[in-house]
Amino acid sequence: MELRSVKYRIAKNYGFKALVMIFAFACVIPLLFILFFIVSKGITQINWHFLTRIPKPVGESGGGIANALVGSVLIVLMAVVIAIPIGILGGIYLSENKKGRLAYWSRLCTDVLQGVPSIVIGIVAYFWIVKPFGFSALSGSIALAIMMLPIVVRSTEETLKLLPSSLQEAGFALGMPFHRVIFKVIVPVGTSGILSGVMLAVARISGETAPLLFTALGNNYLSWNIFGTMHSLPKLIYDYSTSAYDEWKNLAWGASFVLLLWVLLLNLLTKLITRKWKVQL
Amino acid sequence: METTSVENSGVTRSDLPLRVINSTPEAIAKGKSRVKRSFRQIRTETVFRHTLTILGGLMVVLVLGIMLTLVVKSVPSIKALGIKYLWSSTWDPVHDIYGAAPFLVGTLVTSFLALIISIPFSLAVAIFLGEYYPKGWLPNFLKNAVELIAAVPSVIYGFWAVAVLVPIVRSLETHVGAQPIGNGILASSLILAVMVIPYAASLGRSMIQLTPSSLKEAAYGLGATRWEVIRRVILPYTKSGLFAGILLSLGRALGETMAVTMVIGNTSRMPTSIFDLGNTMASVIANEFVEADKPVYVSALMELGLVLFLVTVVINMIGKKIIDRFTND
Repeated sequence: MELRSVKYRIAKNYGFKALVMIFAFACVIPLLFILFFIVSKGITQINWHFLTRIPKPVGESGGGIANALVGSVLIVLMAVVIAIPIGILGGIYLSENKKGRLAYWSRLCTDVLQGVPSIVIGIVAYFWIVKPFGFSALSGSIALAIMMLPIVVRSTEETLKLLPSSLQEAGFALGMPFHRVIFKVIVPVGTSGILSGVMLAVARISGETAPLLFTALGNNYLSWNIFGTMHSLPKLIYDYSTSAYDEWKNLAWGASFVLLLWVLLLNLLTKLITRKWKVQL
Repeated sequence: METTSVENSGVTRSDLPLRVINSTPEAIAKGKSRVKRSFRQIRTETVFRHTLTILGGLMVVLVLGIMLTLVVKSVPSIKALGIKYLWSSTWDPVHDIYGAAPFLVGTLVTSFLALIISIPFSLAVAIFLGEYYPKGWLPNFLKNAVELIAAVPSVIYGFWAVAVLVPIVRSLETHVGAQPIGNGILASSLILAVMVIPYAASLGRSMIQLTPSSLKEAAYGLGATRWEVIRRVILPYTKSGLFAGILLSLGRALGETMAVTMVIGNTSRMPTSIFDLGNTMASVIANEFVEADKPVYVSALMELGLVLFLVTVVINMIGKKIIDRFTND
C-alpha cells in the first residue's frame, strides 16, 4: 500500500464520517414522513361517532370503526390469554434447562417460529381451526397467539437467565418446593422483563393482518361473538385503503391513526419499563 | 412431624425429645396434616415439572405441526404438477394451469432490491451507533427511531405507500419513460427497504460493539485515522456478524405480506422490468387463498407457503448459526 499524505487521510476520515451520519439519519426521514402523514390525515377523523359507530354503506357519511375496534381488542385479548401462560412457562422451562436435548430443540423451534412469515401461520391456522370449525375470531386469536409465543418465551428466558442462581438456591434452602420458588421468587423478580416482552409481543400482533385474512375474516357489523367472524383494525385498513370511496378511505386513515397510537404507546411503555428496571432485552 | 408439634407448643430446643413423646393429640393431628401438605407440595412439584417439559416440547410440536400441515396439504399439488411447478411461468387457475415462477422471481427481485437499497442505510446506522457515538441523546434518538421503524405495523406502511409512495414512483416512471402505473415491483421494494432497515442495523450495531478494543487501540497506535480503523479493523472483524444481520433482513423481506400486497399490483404474469406489476409468494397467497375453490388450486398455494416457510427457516437458521459462532468466539 502506497503512503498517502496525512491531509488526504484526514479529509477522507471526515468525509466518511459525514457520509455515515447522512445515511444514518436519512433512515429517520421516511419514518417521520409516515408518522406525520398518518397523524395529520387520521387525527381529523377522530370523534365520538368515529369510535362508536359501524361503517355506513357507500355514499353515506358519518360511519365509524366500532366493529373493528371491539374486534381488535377482543382478538388481541384472547391471544394474550392463550399465549401468556404457555409462553411464560415455556420460557421458564428453557431457563431452568440450559442443556439437554429437548431444551435445545425447543430453543431452536422458538427461533424458527419467530422467523416464520405471518401469512404462513395464517394458512396453517386456516387448516387447523377454520376448516373444522368455521371462520371465527377465536381462530384469529390462536393464529396471533402462535405469533406471540416465541417473543414471550424468548424474553422470559433471557430475563430469568440473568437472575443470580443464589435467589433460587435460597428458596430451595428454605425447603420451598420448585413451583413455589418459581412463582414466589423467580417470576416476581423477573416481572419487569417478562412484562416488557409481553408488551412488545402485543404491539407486534396488534398490527398483524395476514393471519386474520383467513381466520377472523372481517365483519361489517358490530359483533361480540368470538365464535363468529369479527372485524379488526388492520383488516379494516387493508380493506378500505384501496377502496374508491373517500368515506371509507377516511375511515382507514382514522383507523391507522388509532392503531399507530396504540402500538407507539405500547412501545413507549416498554421503553419506560426497561429503563426503570434496567431490563436487558 | 416432630418439629411441628414442638413449634406449636412453644418449647425450646433443649427439651425436644421429651415433649415430642408427650405431645397432645391436637398437635399430632396438626403434624399429620402438615406432612400431608408437604406430600401434596411434592406431588404438585412433579406435576409442575412435567407441565414445564410438556410446554417446552409444545414449541417443537408446533413447528413440526406447521411443517407437516404445509407438506401434507401441498402433496396434491406436488403430485399433479410435479417439480415443473417451480419453473413453469403460467399461472392460470381458471384453466387449472399452475406455475410458480413469476412469484418466485417477484419475491426474489423485490427482496434483493429492497436489501440493496437498505444496506447502506442499515450499515451506516450500525457504524454510527456502534462506533462513532454509542452514547448521548442524539444516538439515543436515532436508536429509538430505528426501533420504531420495526414497530409500525406493515399494513400502515402499505397504506402510506398506496397514498404517497405510489404517486412518487409514478412521476418517476413518467420521467424515465416507463409506463406510469406507480404500483409494481419498484414501489414494493422501496417500502420493503424502509421496513427491513432495523433488523440489520440493530444486529450490526451490537456486533460492531463486540469488536475488542485492543484491536482498535492497536490500529490507532499505528496512527490510523478513525475511518481506517473502521474500514481495516472493525468491518473485517464483524464481517460475518453484519452478514448475519443482512440475512435476517432478507428473511423479513421474503415473508413480508401486507405492505407488498397493497402496492405490487397483483399480476400473475412474469415481470419483465422493475417498473412492471408483479406478485410475490406471500402476496399471491394473501390475494387468492380465500377465493381458491379447486383442491389443486388450494394445494398449489400451500406449496408456495411451504417454499416460503422452508426458505425463511433456512435463512434464519444460517443467520442464527453465524451469530452464535460470532458471539462465542
